[in-house]
Amino acid sequence: MSGSYLPAGMPAPVPSPDGLDVPYWEGTRRNELMVQKCGGCGGWQWGPEWMCHRCNSFDMQWQKVEGKGLIYSWERPWHPVHPALKPMGPYTVVLVELPSCDNIRMIGNLLGAADQEVIIGAAVEAVFEPHDDADTPFTLVQWQLAGA
Amino acid sequence: MSARSIRGKVAIAGVGESTYYKHGQSPDAEFVLALQAIVRAAEDAGINPQDIDGFASYSNDRSDPSRIGAALGIPDLRFSNMQFGGGGGGVAAAVANGAAAVANGYADCVVVFRALAQGQFRRFGQGAPDPTVSGDAAYMAPYGVMSPAQKYGMRATRFMHDYGVSNDVLGAIAMTSYKHAQNNPRAVMYGRPLDKESYDNSRWIVEPVNRLFDCCQENDGAAALILVSAERAKDLKQKPVYLLAAAQGSDHRCGAPVMNATNFPSSSFATVAPRLYETAGVTADDIDVLQSYENFTTGVMMAIVEHGFCAPEECNEFFTVENLAAPNGRMPLNTSGGNLAECYMHGLGLQLEAVRQLRGQSCNQVEGAKLAMNIAGPMVTPVSSLIMGTEETLQ
Repeated sequence: MSGSYLPAGMPAPVPSPDGLDVPYWEGTRRNELMVQKCGGCGGWQWGPEWMCHRCNSFDMQWQKVEGKGLIYSWERPWHPVHPALKPMGPYTVVLVELPSCDNIRMIGNLLGAADQEVIIGAAVEAVFEPHDDADTPFTLVQWQLAGA
Repeated sequence: MSARSIRGKVAIAGVGESTYYKHGQSPDAEFVLALQAIVRAAEDAGINPQDIDGFASYSNDRSDPSRIGAALGIPDLRFSNMQFGGGGGGVAAAVANGAAAVANGYADCVVVFRALAQGQFRRFGQGAPDPTVSGDAAYMAPYGVMSPAQKYGMRATRFMHDYGVSNDVLGAIAMTSYKHAQNNPRAVMYGRPLDKESYDNSRWIVEPVNRLFDCCQENDGAAALILVSAERAKDLKQKPVYLLAAAQGSDHRCGAPVMNATNFPSSSFATVAPRLYETAGVTADDIDVLQSYENFTTGVMMAIVEHGFCAPEECNEFFTVENLAAPNGRMPLNTSGGNLAECYMHGLGLQLEAVRQLRGQSCNQVEGAKLAMNIAGPMVTPVSSLIMGTEETLQ
């Protein structure tokens, strides 16, 4: 696979065995960002869970949302803790909040130079990163500065 | 003060540990280390190890109480308890669980123990080798978020951003632990001091919050402490140290997946700490010596803030080696060297140190220490903390 932010050989995501987050991972394969919205009270929820934490409804639905967010926090690991990362230098991870969805947060890499300055509050947009050659193909949701 | 309280009912009568090693250097198996610590704690208390009738631990300790009981020849095993949750969040809770058993008559002599030989099993600082990941890990590991330093760095980055905290705060916490370890022959970092230049020049593990010396060690070792009723403790070998209060838990949606905790830039103690003080009937100002679990110096900082020792805006002034060092600092911290410089005994070593302080036996003794606080496993969930006191604090 080419064009991925981190090297090949990283752990590959698979849906939960109980089926909880199948719609999310299927959505990413269509370049769609799917998150949970409660059918009972209408609140947004992330990460995936079977019940709404506000009204305790089991009617959790999946809705496509716009991949637009703000950097809430960030970090840049230097020390490799996985064999696939050993040849690589530092990489940047961002925690992104989605203001249009009750500020739910998502994790991804911030695309671009590894030493770029990261500004909390900066606007970012989702970028779909397909891993078509994986044993079970999957797509990651990455982030880049808005308008980059 | 709550009427339903553990206050003064249970005492810590004995403490013991194995030799502490760097990971991979223990000549003894993890289970042997557990037995060594337990036997030494019994010896310290002046009891026969076969008088132990209960066990409490945390973080899925591999040494099963039934196997320990069989090895020791315990005639009547009455209590076996495991605190939910990974990391060191369960240290104080395990003491509290054991104490609850003693106070309520489920058992008479409970040992709280932790044996952890990271050199013989998986090291905590390495990513899991699984080729696929699901659940919460599916949203983190593919992006390179696998180790505890990576999982908890995000909380600290945001906290330090919100309150303008300097990295010098983290350096002061690390240097204090190393300073204390220089007087502690048990410490793995005994004879290896840390100065500011070495700290500042140490490599990033996770920028911008975790340099090498901000991270706990990975070790092989075991520790144990023995709980008995307050009445029985008076007849044993050591000066009793009493449990005044303990609290565990975490606040709203602390365990929400994919880093969606409501109160994210936090060490998870926002609701736990007030409950602790209420039960103990004391305030932060009353505490003489503080042992605060170091997974990372960032966790120590946030936990101390959430236990009310300083406001978040005051971190840059409060956290200095001068303020944190025994014997005369404003709030002596981690006086054995702790997880950073004594041994990563998953926080139980810090409990032993609190007991030694209140007995007057510490290698960095705070003169006349009467009240000690222990904070366990910041940033995980559930977390726990407790307060111990000498006999005069029960008056």
